[in-house]
Amino acid sequence: MTVRLLYFASFREHAGRSEEARSLPDGATVSDLWRILGAEVPHFAAFGVVPPAAVNLEYAPPDRALREGDEVTFLPPVAGG
Amino acid sequence: MHLTREPIDLAALLERARPSDGGVCLFVGVVRDHNEGRATRAIEYEAYGPMAEAEIERLLESLAGRWPEVWIEIRHRVGRLDIGEPSVAILATSPHRAEAFAACREAIDRLKTTVPIWKKEFYADGTSDWVDPTRRR
Repeated sequence: MTVRLLYFASFREHAGRSEEARSLPDGATVSDLWRILGAEVPHFAAFGVVPPAAVNLEYAPPDRALREGDEVTFLPPVAGG
Repeated sequence: MHLTREPIDLAALLERARPSDGGVCLFVGVVRDHNEGRATRAIEYEAYGPMAEAEIERLLESLAGRWPEVWIEIRHRVGRLDIGEPSVAILATSPHRAEAFAACREAIDRLKTTVPIWKKEFYADGTSDWVDPTRRR
């Protein structure tokens, strides 16, 4: 399956991109995806925990199974206001 | 739309109060000239726009459930802001002030922890960094 992956703020700068189409094994979860990205981006591997994630504009838990066409984003610590 | 690239019009926001409202509470967050001991010159706000809009909608629904008599409006800037510019405004208007104060405070507190908005501070010494409220420097 392929998901659309978006990056924002510090994660965007560390990844060096703002979005991509990403192929994943069927059944991959949010935390699986974070682990895959951690192998490519040292900052992600060093982050320690799986950061809050959003799937299709809503917060999603790490064990959420991803589906074809999902829009997935890992959220660096938010700081609005 | 709750996010805006244009300056927040506070006067227009105040006009959203209804004739039945006796208490109008307006919280305005502005860009200050320092943070954690460092002099700042500007802040760049970045948002995951569609999700931020959806999260603010969910926040408004939750607040309406808790304070049905309070009308709440939320505006948040994105883009680069100078010192003194309003970055966020929350209007809570109610027949009585207690509910307006309570709902306004809850709105800004929850906005800061749930809405996907980030800020990069630009310091007087020419450096910059993303603000991480979970990290105490």
